[in-house]
Amino acid sequence: MRVGPVGFRIGSDWHAPIAALDALYRDYPRPEFADYSFRLEAVSPWRRRVRPSVRVAGDYWLPDASPLPLAQGLLAAEMGMNLQVALGHRRHLLLHAAVVARGDRAILMSGVSGAGKSTLALMLSHRGWRFLGDEFAMIDPDTGLAHPFPRPVSLKNESLSLIPEGCRTGPLLTGTPKGDVRHVAPPAAAIAAMDEPARPALVIFPRFGFPSALSGLAPTETFMRLTQASTNYVAMGEAGFQALTRLRAQVPAVALDYPDGEAGVAAVEALWEAL
Amino acid sequence: MAGPRYRAAAAALLIVEPLDMFTAVFHRPSGVTHLLNEPAPQILEALADEPLDRDALLARLAQNFDLGEADGTAVLQARLTELETAGLVDRV
Repeated sequence: MRVGPVGFRIGSDWHAPIAALDALYRDYPRPEFADYSFRLEAVSPWRRRVRPSVRVAGDYWLPDASPLPLAQGLLAAEMGMNLQVALGHRRHLLLHAAVVARGDRAILMSGVSGAGKSTLALMLSHRGWRFLGDEFAMIDPDTGLAHPFPRPVSLKNESLSLIPEGCRTGPLLTGTPKGDVRHVAPPAAAIAAMDEPARPALVIFPRFGFPSALSGLAPTETFMRLTQASTNYVAMGEAGFQALTRLRAQVPAVALDYPDGEAGVAAVEALWEAL
Repeated sequence: MAGPRYRAAAAALLIVEPLDMFTAVFHRPSGVTHLLNEPAPQILEALADEPLDRDALLARLAQNFDLGEADGTAVLQARLTELETAGLVDRV
């Protein structure tokens, strides 16, 4: 399958994870070229059938990663895609961030897992914003544009109740290392527009579960937060430095604390209106 | 005696991005990003034009910069050692 600028070739020892991927990624195109190949495979031959257990093997993999039960094969596939991009991708500066856009201008929402960026991006995508991704902002080092990488949104635990009606979802995966997880396909329009980049206009560092607060950031703090948010800043070398310093210099950045999803969406839209 | 003369890495080897009280410096040969605060960026600037020994460098910096302590020599030597370790300064 192809997601934005990245083609994946995914194999599996079992049919079920591929069937789940086919259902969730129904609207995504097939790539002419696979940038990354990986397999979901049994940790040993007898574990194909006895307590089947999935590990990721392929172009990029982690030797110490714990295998997942076959029932969580879709999660293993999602983690496999993340792994390939996080460890292998060099064409763009990667920032751990969700991205939404209005027209050709984008908001990057960067934060650690649990900061609420996926939930915010999904909620905004159902209020007229174009969804570009909830995992990686892909910044073109030549142009500074953010390229869409609109994988399905991974919602966890308390966020599961916020899934908008009518969304195509994957199965509820219970008891995963991240708790209960369900994947939500982005709106079809976001997938159809996944070859259309947008220019970053605002960087937000959101934090869920705190009283509403908004603060500006000193240039150095923004620079530090962006380097920490990047999975390939060091590997990108000079191109990464240039892309990151340009983003820091040209795009305003704020830290946003918010108590719940509705307040977060309202705050993001207010920030956008004030640009 | 002021000891050896120091010079900054060639300008072509560095990309300098002033931020606020910090300056980000990308060192092309190593691919490492350094985040410098005063007086390190000023030292690099002073040593960019010509090699200077420590006392000459101290005198140059004192013209438009307060090292903040009576013994500026010790502060300056510590910063020079750090910059040399980072590859941003070397000895002639």
